Amino acid sequence: MTNDAIALEVRNITKRFPGVLANDRVNFDLRKGEIHALLGENGAGKTTLMNIIYGLYTPNEGEFFISNGEGLQQVQIRSPHDAIRAGIGMVHQHFMLVPVFSVAENIILGQEITRGPSLDLRTARQKITQLSEEYGLEVDPDAIVEDLPVGVQQRVEIIKALYRNAHILVLDEPTAVLTPQEVENLFRVMRQLTQRGVSIIFITHKLKEVLAVADRITAMRRGQVVGTTTPAESDEHKLASMMVGREVILTVEKAPAKVGDVVLEVKDLNIVDERGVEVVRQVGFQVCAGEILGIAGVQGNGQTELVESLTGLRERKSGQVVLGGKEIPELNPRLNVEAGQAHIPEDRHKHGLVLAYSIADNEVLCTYYQPPFARGLQRDQKAVMNNAVKLIERFDIRTPSPNLPASNLSGGNQQKVIVARELSRPIKLLIANQPTRGLDVGSIEYIHRQIVDMRDRGIAVLLVSAELDEITSLSDRIAVMYHGQIVATVDPDKITRAELGLLMAGSSLPTQ
Amino acid sequence: MQKSMTTYSPWNRFFNRNRGILIGGLAVFVIVLFFYIWIPMETVAVLNATVRISTPLVLGALCGLMGERAAVINIGIEGQMLMSAFIAFLFNVWTGNLPLSILAGVLTGALLGLLLAFMAVTLKIDQIIGGTVINILAVGLTGYFYSTGLTAKGGLGPIIIPVLSDIPLIGPVLFKNPPITYAAIILVFVIHYVLFYTRWGLRTRAVGEHPRAADTVGINVYKMRYVNVILGGSLAGLAGAFLTLEAIGSFERLMTNGRGFIALACMIFGRWTPLGSWGAALFFALFTALATQISFMFGETVNIPHQVWGILPYLFTILVLAGVGKRVRSPAADGVPYTKE
Repeated sequence: MTNDAIALEVRNITKRFPGVLANDRVNFDLRKGEIHALLGENGAGKTTLMNIIYGLYTPNEGEFFISNGEGLQQVQIRSPHDAIRAGIGMVHQHFMLVPVFSVAENIILGQEITRGPSLDLRTARQKITQLSEEYGLEVDPDAIVEDLPVGVQQRVEIIKALYRNAHILVLDEPTAVLTPQEVENLFRVMRQLTQRGVSIIFITHKLKEVLAVADRITAMRRGQVVGTTTPAESDEHKLASMMVGREVILTVEKAPAKVGDVVLEVKDLNIVDERGVEVVRQVGFQVCAGEILGIAGVQGNGQTELVESLTGLRERKSGQVVLGGKEIPELNPRLNVEAGQAHIPEDRHKHGLVLAYSIADNEVLCTYYQPPFARGLQRDQKAVMNNAVKLIERFDIRTPSPNLPASNLSGGNQQKVIVARELSRPIKLLIANQPTRGLDVGSIEYIHRQIVDMRDRGIAVLLVSAELDEITSLSDRIAVMYHGQIVATVDPDKITRAELGLLMAGSSLPTQ
Repeated sequence: MQKSMTTYSPWNRFFNRNRGILIGGLAVFVIVLFFYIWIPMETVAVLNATVRISTPLVLGALCGLMGERAAVINIGIEGQMLMSAFIAFLFNVWTGNLPLSILAGVLTGALLGLLLAFMAVTLKIDQIIGGTVINILAVGLTGYFYSTGLTAKGGLGPIIIPVLSDIPLIGPVLFKNPPITYAAIILVFVIHYVLFYTRWGLRTRAVGEHPRAADTVGINVYKMRYVNVILGGSLAGLAGAFLTLEAIGSFERLMTNGRGFIALACMIFGRWTPLGSWGAALFFALFTALATQISFMFGETVNIPHQVWGILPYLFTILVLAGVGKRVRSPAADGVPYTKE
């Protein structure tokens, strides 16, 4: 399938941002019909490199070559326009689709087909249907994008690139937002595309995915290319240390749980969402001190609503929540916090941080009204700053100053700000919802360590995650959620990934 | 793709989508017909006034929606209208050349549009503040330079369209109007077409909804915003010219009297669509005309101050906006400056 013809090559790309050398003499080549994974932690310079290739950034130095059928030719790419003309298509991590437009309108935007002065949507539809049949990418050209699931929106993005005759496709963290099934589907599509001569650059920091789908792997670290390898020549450990620059502990080491008293008890919980759909049905479970209960499940099976309800952010229809022997009424987050509940929310931008506030202010969001941060009606700014300085050190938050707005931090550091705030209080229960989503290997390792430490210090942990590895490696017990119900509670040592996958997909285990 | 739709015809779909509007329209027509048979003179007078009052409102609303569809909020419509009204008036006083005066008004509006675009797009000033700057600027400049005693040399008279104007009821209302009124009605349809059926419209809406998406497919976000705001400004300018050349024939201080803001309300009520805005403008204008007519007819017998009648259209606008406001959705990037990476 792969021959050695080069589709695209960049040489000595250097890109400086004020104070940062984002790309340092980077060399990278892409062969025709191959999937070339670009691996690296957040901030390693992968996305910068891709934005240069797509013409969104102009490099300070470097050369650019594209195959034009006969051989490599040097080209200048100064705007997305140039990149599109050179046959490069990009699927951004955050989709570049207009939510209220139809699929067809999104695809033709910028390269509209017209008849006279009018848009010719009929021809556009035909062309899209033809493309979707040719590449096995099923979409309805008339569907409105915001009504489509994320996986389908991604398909629209791919067709959008193909519509522009892209033969080089850049996929920036395409799996970050997908469910395991959608990931499988995407990999199938990627292989189909390469069979039809499309070359793919696959940006990711997930090691398993790289090994599963890539033909070649290039790792980047701190703006430089560390090396290029193939899946056959490497394994997860080798890739991880290439990426991080040191040995990384992929499996979490933990002692057997010392289980104490029941801390959180949920009884017959029912939740109806805004559309009137029963999203959580008769859910009941207990979490004891010193154990981690993992809630596994494909996203959208009621986990979000369950956690929102437990943390006082969402109404319950019926049911009881008891925390530390006290019944907790619904819709009272402060009472939850004061009863010793810590919460690492799913969406750190929406529920975890006030992005415009400084790190110092974010660190006292739960406690600002208590001494030592409040003195009567006044805030004690000194105490707030002292607290921040202490937490920045203890939780290794990489920032030049505690006064920096949270929005200026990288995802991993933002998550550390939240973890620092939540875990530095006296707590009994930690609810962590997708705590490592979108984070790099180093940060994931760190967050996992913190969660296990909490458990070992006798705190009850409720972990919700769609990542199977995270669930199986951290949990002492696993509850599987499907269609709003807990369909099984299992011991992680006695179940295989495949069996867990089956439970998450709603089927029961054959052996039971 | 939807195979379950069995009775699928364009007419069915059109009817289903627009059922409310069609039934409402029919009801209005029946009521108007009833009044026309009962009191023909007064009915025609009210409808004429409706069309006249709605013209600056619909032009203002079109100005607002062109800006907001490209994500630039324009609350300076009032100021653009006022300044354009003044300049058009001055040109009329100096030259007496009416087409030249209209052009002067339109260009004034466009120029203020350019100023707003510069503040909102290039300087990335808060757009509400940018619009307020224009409003204050217009009030100040026109108030300072206006001197009483200037007299205009004539105004724009009605153009009577042969044959069509002889149709009873419809003829005198729709086909005996001065030129800017015709232009406003035509512009409603032109802009509707441009916005929803052309390349330019698709790009404008993309820029208003998700500018980065537009940028990544090679659309110049800044250019789209500039051009839309400037063209919008020229429409507000046309509305200003309407006031001094067509409706009133002279200039007074603060003569726009809040029309620019009512136009914005019409735009919201009309859900950022030209046809909807036109409907909203007609609705507001009808109540204004009715209030005038009623106080005129019954003012002698019923002892209610005419100001009370004058409240009615505004009251209705508030009620309607309060009812509609919750359901409508403005362009997603409305009011947010775009920064290229």
